Amino acid sequence: MQLSGRFGPFGGCFVSELLIPALEEMESAWLAAREDSAFKAELDDLLARWAGRPTPLYRAPALSDTIGCEVYLKREDLLHGGAHKTNNTIGQALLAKRMGRTQLIAETGAGQHGVATAMAGALLGLNVRVFMGAKDVARQQPNVRRMQLFGAEVIPVESGSRSLKDAINETLRYWTETVATSFYVFGTVAGPHPYPSIVKDFQRVIGEEIRADLQAELGRLPTAVMACVGGGSNAMGAFAEFVPHPEVRLIGVEPAGHGLETGQHGATLIAGRPGCVHGSISYLLQDDVGQVLEAHSISAGLDYPGVGPEHAWLKEQGRAQYVSATDNEALDALSWLCRNEGILPALESSHAVAAAMKTAGQWQAEDVLVINLSGRGDKDLAHAISAMDARGGVA
Amino acid sequence: MSDVYPQRPDSTPTNPLTQCIRACNDRGDGALMPFIVIGDPDLQATHAVVDALVAGGADILEFGFPFSDPPADGPVIQAADVRALNNGTTPVDCLAFIAEVRARHDHPIALLLYYNLVLQHGQERFFRDAADAGVDAVLVADVPLEESGPLRAAAASVADRLISNVLIASELSTDARLDQVAEVAGGYLYAVSRVGITGEQQDVAAGLQSQLDRFRRRVPLPVLVGFGISSPDHVSAAMAAGADGVISGSAIVRRIAQFGVGPSRDIDKMSAAVTSFTADMKAATRGTWRKARSATSSHL
Ligand SMILES: Cc1ncc(COP(=O)(O)O)c(C=O)c1O
Repeated sequence: MQLSGRFGPFGGCFVSELLIPALEEMESAWLAAREDSAFKAELDDLLARWAGRPTPLYRAPALSDTIGCEVYLKREDLLHGGAHKTNNTIGQALLAKRMGRTQLIAETGAGQHGVATAMAGALLGLNVRVFMGAKDVARQQPNVRRMQLFGAEVIPVESGSRSLKDAINETLRYWTETVATSFYVFGTVAGPHPYPSIVKDFQRVIGEEIRADLQAELGRLPTAVMACVGGGSNAMGAFAEFVPHPEVRLIGVEPAGHGLETGQHGATLIAGRPGCVHGSISYLLQDDVGQVLEAHSISAGLDYPGVGPEHAWLKEQGRAQYVSATDNEALDALSWLCRNEGILPALESSHAVAAAMKTAGQWQAEDVLVINLSGRGDKDLAHAISAMDARGGVA
Repeated sequence: MSDVYPQRPDSTPTNPLTQCIRACNDRGDGALMPFIVIGDPDLQATHAVVDALVAGGADILEFGFPFSDPPADGPVIQAADVRALNNGTTPVDCLAFIAEVRARHDHPIALLLYYNLVLQHGQERFFRDAADAGVDAVLVADVPLEESGPLRAAAASVADRLISNVLIASELSTDARLDQVAEVAGGYLYAVSRVGITGEQQDVAAGLQSQLDRFRRRVPLPVLVGFGISSPDHVSAAMAAGADGVISGSAIVRRIAQFGVGPSRDIDKMSAAVTSFTADMKAATRGTWRKARSATSSHL
């Protein structure tokens, strides 16, 4: 490896020796692609004309009134595919092509990353195989169908807890057997080096656009940027541009599930402790001896017991702050945003909105708060409505 | 024979595991190292399995600690991990188990486990406890060469006899990589006979001989071939290709699952099956060491 892939004590490349050659090759292809203007031009062109970048930065009037400052939504929900995931999958798929790979493989939880990988494969003429926990296959049928429509093969994973973490293990296994022909498109800023850095690179366009738009409109940096954190890719993408600007507060929102005190949540940074799984050292939800625990969140995209190592480092340094929102708070925020802004956010993104709403009254009127609306909620409709019905109707 | 293996500070020729492989080779045999998961199907039954392995002629015992997320393992060993976790087997139980095995058998003991269990136990404490329990060598499946420094340092600070730096090589390992491995590796080289995960397979990969020749030219350690070694024919093929010994896991774990789990569980049958399979595997190593090689063959 040319780089250590470390973020302070976090990160690294903790995989079987058998995967090292592939990760080394990927690292050097990525480092070369970064310097290659033709690669960047092709990526930018696809992001603009196929995927619809730049996405709008929208001043949300009702949210601004409620929270008591200038609140902007970064509209990644309007990106092709319905979430920020597309930024990353197009980038990695182009990298795979550059490396001469013919097959994309991916893990998926909610199915969003799987869908975004399937779309990228269809666009670029690459075979796609997506590993998905059998539990998630059952509860995310529309996304399974979407992946199949794009020509991807969806493989239900029956091992372990049959959820996202097991899908990652299974994709790693399959990759170990097929490294010569396949490229593992990792869905978030976790995993072994170089993934946390590659995925951040492809997602940092979110923060770059936020900065440019605010500069043009208000001539200033934001006061704070908030984003939900599953593995941490949309948050890292929104934060990266502002990390060197300590006056910009960075706030990540983790899923508190049924409540932090119940143990049924996915608040890795808040309630976990450092450990090693899926290729890097980071915070981890684990038992006393180091067995990885299952996470819980109403939103499948946040239902992950690990988190990207750079978030662990931002937390440890005090550079970013991590707060949480429960399932119920996220549902409330989802319906509130529908009614008051005419926007249906993904359940994942609803956590960021919910946490922002909890800060009402704590801001100066001229403060600028940007919430990254990482995805749209159409995929969550059935699930969200039945959860609301179970609570006795819409809030 | 002491001059045929270069002396190495981190892999002294006196460590029991390396010595055991050489002693097998001096008899003209390959070393047989079966792998099982501690706590599968339960701790007591694992003791029966160990005795059965020893009765069948195992030379070295390799143990896995059950882990929730084992990406280097195929379905057979994953299932063993799940069984062991479901009956509550912890790393502390595993260490106590090894101490009990050590009291009954003087076979060298190797571990193959995942890093988080070492980290959460505390790296130094882990190696101290492992050495105290009687472990001779440790391979951490998800710690490749570039991340192995802290592990080796922790081990060196508490247990000078224990080998903490067993490393893996495969056909994908470049010569440059093998040279780096040679710098730090100890005990034995874990040669993966095919690129993939643990499991059973039909045939041992064709190019194994040239692969092992290449490893041997660059890494001055005995070479054990593992991953997919699931029949006496595989053992013969690996030995003919120039292995110093073989590692077999899934084929044994499958027999444990077949007889040691479920309503028809029969520990005696399980032990008998394990012993007879081990004996067949061991027989296939006998008199095969470097048979296929030129008359000038030596340890190197
Ligand atoms: C809309 C949306 N937001 C957020 C996430 C969480 O991932 P990350 O934390 O990597 O952004 C997902 C994952 O599926 C998602 O679909």
